[in-house]
Amino acid sequence: MSDIVATPLPGETVQITTDPHTEPFWQAAKEERLVACQCADCGHFRMPPTPFCPECQSTEKKWPELSGRGTVYSFAVVHGFPGLPDITVVGAVIDLEGAAPARLVTNVVDIDPDEVVIGMDVEVRFSPISDGWKLPVFRPVTD
Amino acid sequence: MSNGLRDVAIVGVGATPYYKRGGSAPQTITELAGKAILAACEDAGISVKDIDGFAYYSGAGAGYGDKMDTADFMETLGIPEVTFTASLTSGGGGSAGAIGLARAAIVAGEATTVVTVMALQQQKQRLGTVFAASAPNPTNSFLQPSGLAGPGHLMSVLARRHMHLYGTTRDAFAEIAISERQNALNRPKAIQKNPLTKEEYFNGRMIADPLCLYDFCMETEGAVAVITTSVDRAKDLRQKPVPVVAVAHGGRREWGRAFAWYGMPDEYFASAGNAPIAKRLYEQSGLSAKDIDVALLYDHFSPMVLMQLEDYGFCERGEGGAFVESGAIRYDGGSIPVNTHGGQLSEAYIIGMTHIMEAVEQMRGTAINQVEDAEFALATGGPASLPVSGLILGRAA
Repeated sequence: MSDIVATPLPGETVQITTDPHTEPFWQAAKEERLVACQCADCGHFRMPPTPFCPECQSTEKKWPELSGRGTVYSFAVVHGFPGLPDITVVGAVIDLEGAAPARLVTNVVDIDPDEVVIGMDVEVRFSPISDGWKLPVFRPVTD
Repeated sequence: MSNGLRDVAIVGVGATPYYKRGGSAPQTITELAGKAILAACEDAGISVKDIDGFAYYSGAGAGYGDKMDTADFMETLGIPEVTFTASLTSGGGGSAGAIGLARAAIVAGEATTVVTVMALQQQKQRLGTVFAASAPNPTNSFLQPSGLAGPGHLMSVLARRHMHLYGTTRDAFAEIAISERQNALNRPKAIQKNPLTKEEYFNGRMIADPLCLYDFCMETEGAVAVITTSVDRAKDLRQKPVPVVAVAHGGRREWGRAFAWYGMPDEYFASAGNAPIAKRLYEQSGLSAKDIDVALLYDHFSPMVLMQLEDYGFCERGEGGAFVESGAIRYDGGSIPVNTHGGQLSEAYIIGMTHIMEAVEQMRGTAINQVEDAEFALATGGPASLPVSGLILGRAA
């Protein structure tokens, strides 16, 4: 146990950019909906969103809304970030419920970093970042 | 049984001194690389004017933001004509494979005397936070916000998965760091010359838990160059030629961009992505892991050494922890001495080139920590976005 609570990076320090293939993901996040890129022809999920489906090479995409739940696939407890020497963030790879094999690289937040374990159930929350965007991050499932 | 490729050989190696970050100023990248190239020519007993090919990796990048360029080398060193100049793509994963690019040029008749060089300075951008420093783009926007600021942070996530799947502990990573440090102690050029104790290791600052300071390679500067030519031409040169027995670069989509996308299925996620390279090297050479006498494994971060030991078949998948903790990788008494030069954890980090140089010295029989009667040396490129790569050299003859 420690008295540290894992947070995202401060929102004003986080910038993203988009292109036509990734923008639907970020627009949905702005509305606090977690979606993933799915091939509209064969149904294969892929993240990050890319121009072609790697299974069937289709360029047709759909963006189903997910449950927002996931499990921690792996993670690291990072101490310090350039310009933020005292911050502790948990960088994590999350298996997204309903979108396998797609994963999201994100943060586990609102938890003592010592209590994060592989396989734990987490749910999305959205954290404001620069330019009005929101970042999906994950906290322990509470219910 | 195959005797391996043996159509080209490494005939010269050269290097600058190694420096801590910032220490190589006011020299420039071209100057550092030029010194290494001239030293490699001297070692080979050729004139720099004999060089007619360049085979780079990492897109001819010199560290993080700097570039090398063949025309600069021709202008400053007086190389009259080149007939081949090319690079492998991506980053340090191609280091060992660049010798295969040189071989491709020589075997195809495109060039006769090919140099592979890397020069590294870290004043503009250090390795440790290279991912955090990139300008945001649509792809890294799915990585950068996580706070995984550098390659070590990213690979700590692979290490955690390996620990989860196989019960690997930090004691294994400690043994890799400690044994490499031991190998650096008697090397005049090594940056780290004091022994590392287990206590010091476990008191080391946690940078990206499960990895601490001593699991990270050093942020150093310098340059290393290697000269490859045909076995026929090699016979007339100063050194006994060191034959290229096998060399391969590439990899599978399941590994792909590796820790920059994290989409690898389980059997690749907790690996070093080198298993397809190992398969090709052993097919080319007719060798297997038990034939390798010394392994120079790309050690940007200690757990990746452990996972390469598994990828290359020195132990079974998942058994890397117990294998290294048994003392197997020690120079003194180990069954497969690893990074006898101290590696990037303790000698110097020049993006994989010191491993090739050490493999050459081991095969010449002139290494400072010489493995007695060594016949085959393995050198690998860094587990990273594809390509990854590997190289088997044979004893000089």
